[in-house]
Amino acid sequence: MSELQLDARCMLCPMPVIRAQEKIEQLQVGDILSVCCTDPGAVHDIPAWCRVHGHTVLEIVQQEDEITIRIEVRDA
Amino acid sequence: MNKPRKAAALISGGLDSLLAAKVILDQGVHVEGINFFTGFCVEGHTHAIRKKDRARPKRNNALWVAEQLGIKLHIIDIIEEYKDVVLNPKHGYGANLNPCLDCKVFMVRKAQEWIERKGFDFIITGEVMGQRPKSQRKDTLPVIAHESGAEDRLLRPLCAQYLPETLPEREGWVDRERLLAFEGRSRKPQIALAEQFGFEEYAQPAGGCCFLTDAQYSRKLSDLWSARGERRYELDDIMLLKVGRHLRPRPHFKMIIGREDGENRFLEGYRKQFTHLVTRSHNGPLALLDGQTAEGDLNLAAQITARFSQGRDAESVSVEIHTTDGATLTRQVKPLRGEDIPSHWYL
Ligand code: SF4
Repeated sequence: MSELQLDARCMLCPMPVIRAQEKIEQLQVGDILSVCCTDPGAVHDIPAWCRVHGHTVLEIVQQEDEITIRIEVRDA
Repeated sequence: MNKPRKAAALISGGLDSLLAAKVILDQGVHVEGINFFTGFCVEGHTHAIRKKDRARPKRNNALWVAEQLGIKLHIIDIIEEYKDVVLNPKHGYGANLNPCLDCKVFMVRKAQEWIERKGFDFIITGEVMGQRPKSQRKDTLPVIAHESGAEDRLLRPLCAQYLPETLPEREGWVDRERLLAFEGRSRKPQIALAEQFGFEEYAQPAGGCCFLTDAQYSRKLSDLWSARGERRYELDDIMLLKVGRHLRPRPHFKMIIGREDGENRFLEGYRKQFTHLVTRSHNGPLALLDGQTAEGDLNLAAQITARFSQGRDAESVSVEIHTTDGATLTRQVKPLRGEDIPSHWYL
């Protein structure tokens, strides 16, 4: 089980979702991916993408203009 | 019982692709969605830029559709490869710079590659015969199937009854009798079917699914190419064309001026790449300067920036110019008057 970071700052939606999806495809069940982004749209899009793929959003932390979304990879 | 067949549905986020996927799902086929991101998509981000739109709940329509259907959605970045479609469309452009027929061929070809890789059986799209002037005619629908290489693995559930039988129909993976015969530009049958399925609040894009169908956007893109002397673009270029006022006061430079806070903030992200101007004595926009400047041009750029600031009627406005080599110059200028800005400067 590993924990990885993805820097998606300054990317506009849907790029953060696309990059997260590409990363998650290489991860194992139980791995955790933290996506750091600045487009507020990602707060909707990444959780929506996780819902349709069956992954779990563990938390969303907003600090100033930066948003970090932690995702646990599930058996999709 | 045979194993369920698998279909990849091209999901644009609009009503047609939603219905097409639903019709096939209801026949017991396993469906997953594919959504292509070209960089020109109207989707999402542009709404996030303008502040007035920020309050509205923003969603990615393709993801919303997938959630309604309960299917997976794969969003695929085709920005690089798509350039060739926009720059060299074999079948030419539509009313603006929209290469719809080539675009469809390309997307179906990408979907075909995807299903081969993933072991899926066929592709579905929400095309409706006669709905679009060029890409959805009876004679162009077969062109898409053929040139994409998908051939009879491409099924259009919404107008299948008008088209020759495809592989999934022939093999009995889907029942042709339960496919539809939608035709023409009327949206009524789609709306009625949506109601029957209980779908509400679906997106109804007018005109097309991307900015290339927009006349003003296309004009800005042609301007970019002619100013550069070559037809090429990067993602940043086409994103910037979606934001701000674009004025070309001289052939060798143009200005991109934020219209409100959200756009100013977006443009701030490009400060390092461009010479940029801000008004100091009055509140005003952030303006990027794209191109080369000759003697006198910076003054003109400062006067234009001042024109769009709160000091537009003042005698003098102080404007800071930050050049890409890190220097900062300050100029006191008289804002240009509205009538001094010829309409052809606006792109
Ligand atoms: S409107 Fe844009 S995305 Fe849609 S088919 Fe035409 S070129 Fe492609």
